[in-house]
Amino acid sequence: MSGMGISLTRLLAVSRKEWIQLRRDPRSMALAFVLPLLMLLLFGYAITWDVRELDLAVLDQDGTSASRSLVEAFEASGYFTVVERLEAYREADAAVGAGDAASVLVIPPGFAADLSARRGAAVQLLLDGADANSATIAFGFADAIVDGFSRRVVLEGRTVEPAIDARIRTLYNPTLESRNMIVPGLIGVIMMTIAAMLTALTIAREWERGTMEQLASTPATRVEIVLGKLLPYVAIGVLDVAVTAVAGVLVFGVPFRGSVVIFLGQTVLFLVGALGLGVFISAAAKTQLVATQVALIATLLPAMLLSGFLFEIRSMPPLLQGITYLVPARYYITATRGVMLKGVGPETLWVQAAFMVGFAALGLFAATRVFRKEIA
Amino acid sequence: MRDAITVRDLTRRFGDFTAVDAVSFAVRAGEIFGFLGPNGAGKTTTIRMLTGLLAPSSGSATVAGLDVGTRADAVREVIGYMSQKFSLYGDLTVAENIELFAGLYGVTGARYDDRRAWVLAMAGLEDRTDRLTAELPLGWKQRLALGCAVLHEPAVLFLDEPTSGVDPLARRRFWDLIDGLSERGTTVLVSTHYMEEAEYCHRLALMNRGRLIALDSPSGLRGSLASAGSLRGSSDVGDMGDVGVRSSLEDVFVELVRREGGAVVG
Repeated sequence: MSGMGISLTRLLAVSRKEWIQLRRDPRSMALAFVLPLLMLLLFGYAITWDVRELDLAVLDQDGTSASRSLVEAFEASGYFTVVERLEAYREADAAVGAGDAASVLVIPPGFAADLSARRGAAVQLLLDGADANSATIAFGFADAIVDGFSRRVVLEGRTVEPAIDARIRTLYNPTLESRNMIVPGLIGVIMMTIAAMLTALTIAREWERGTMEQLASTPATRVEIVLGKLLPYVAIGVLDVAVTAVAGVLVFGVPFRGSVVIFLGQTVLFLVGALGLGVFISAAAKTQLVATQVALIATLLPAMLLSGFLFEIRSMPPLLQGITYLVPARYYITATRGVMLKGVGPETLWVQAAFMVGFAALGLFAATRVFRKEIA
Repeated sequence: MRDAITVRDLTRRFGDFTAVDAVSFAVRAGEIFGFLGPNGAGKTTTIRMLTGLLAPSSGSATVAGLDVGTRADAVREVIGYMSQKFSLYGDLTVAENIELFAGLYGVTGARYDDRRAWVLAMAGLEDRTDRLTAELPLGWKQRLALGCAVLHEPAVLFLDEPTSGVDPLARRRFWDLIDGLSERGTTVLVSTHYMEEAEYCHRLALMNRGRLIALDSPSGLRGSLASAGSLRGSSDVGDMGDVGVRSSLEDVFVELVRREGGAVVG
């Protein structure tokens, strides 16, 4: 409001007070330190897109050595586990419907006869399309297994050099583990949680308890109050990110190929923006209950669903893809994945960094802006 | 002597409702100036405008020579304020609250040590510095709040119903502290609806429905109404303290509010 500048004494007085209050509030402490670890364990262990050991039911109507060796080929692949042997075709639908098996391999009578007569034997694979992701992957594996099997039958022990030999090498995540994608993304989601849930309370609480009026009557400016309040949360946020990243590397074996400095720099920028947004919501809402709910819907859910954390942005409908550009976590998660998995530096991440700077500025602006109205 | 507070046609509207209606008065330096009136009379709104917490709709006011409309930031440096609701941090200890407000008021170094000791002695909290503020009895809390509001030795102190809810003994002790501050030159503007507290004030402003309806010393107010012959003898409201003095001031108040057409809030 005036050209007084910022008083460090006042700013630190607010920070100190905020930190003491945080420390004495079990709810906030749990949010700050238990929730991130809980989320890391939950997402790190429980949620995975890796499809292994698909439950397979087999209906072998041929009952020959040829049909049995096809089933063995499925089992030997490591991707399928035979959980049930069916007697009749009508059982197949029931097995998938009840969830006993994710796929059913049907080998019709005359399979072996067709094979030896080179008539082009047919087998049927029934997939549970309810889980589209698993079904797609199962389809790919089954196709490859049947392909390999039929090649062996055709060649009968001879070897032939294929015309084209595709040599596939997966970059950055060679073992194709979804965990490697989840942990860096999770850091972004956790940050959004900390920002949204923790700061949502900080100003609304002061309004509810009547302490805001006292605070506003002192010479402390809105910038000093907002920055003073944010400081302890930035510290907690950086600590959370560090713990999550280290746990990700040590416990889950996620690589960390890039620069720690760039990683932390992006983190601090993202935090300031996210925290500012939380303060904005808190100041606008004025009650803790409303603030928490708005924070949850406005920040946490987009960070989970529209940031590329759970769902790939490129496979979203165009409208949703457009919306993701407004979700700050999108840029941060791109950056954390880039730094951790690919080891990329500023030459690639400057776009994300620019968005982070913009987001931080916007968050701070929104927070101090809405704050002034209330005091004046 | 220069006036510590000057108020000219100060008005605040909330939509169609006029909370404070063209109020004018001046408070002398070192004076204890009381605001008396029923709930909804506009006392709190006036104090909020004078402390820079609320912008006036029209009119002007100065505090310690500073215009509250244009220099609210500077005003906040030279005033102390205790809001109606107890508003220190309950989850901070006594010492932590003092440290916080010292920081906010820029009281540091040797001055901080002095003022901290002074506040603790004044509030009688020397042995309770590590107690959580929420656990203190209300009377102690209010003395601590007063202490935090005067840490920086403000020229003008605003107290909005500072003793509501505390027992008469604690209230008496609180007013002794206000007296002491006034004697050392602090100007005090205090709102209350306790009649016996009005007697402690040097001058009283009676407010009703957002307007100032009388302004005089307690004895002057009694005298003017008695001489006008409109004060009807005795009152038997209450049974504590100096019934004669208190009830007659109360009668002045009731009579004036009645003439104005009653209070807004029943």
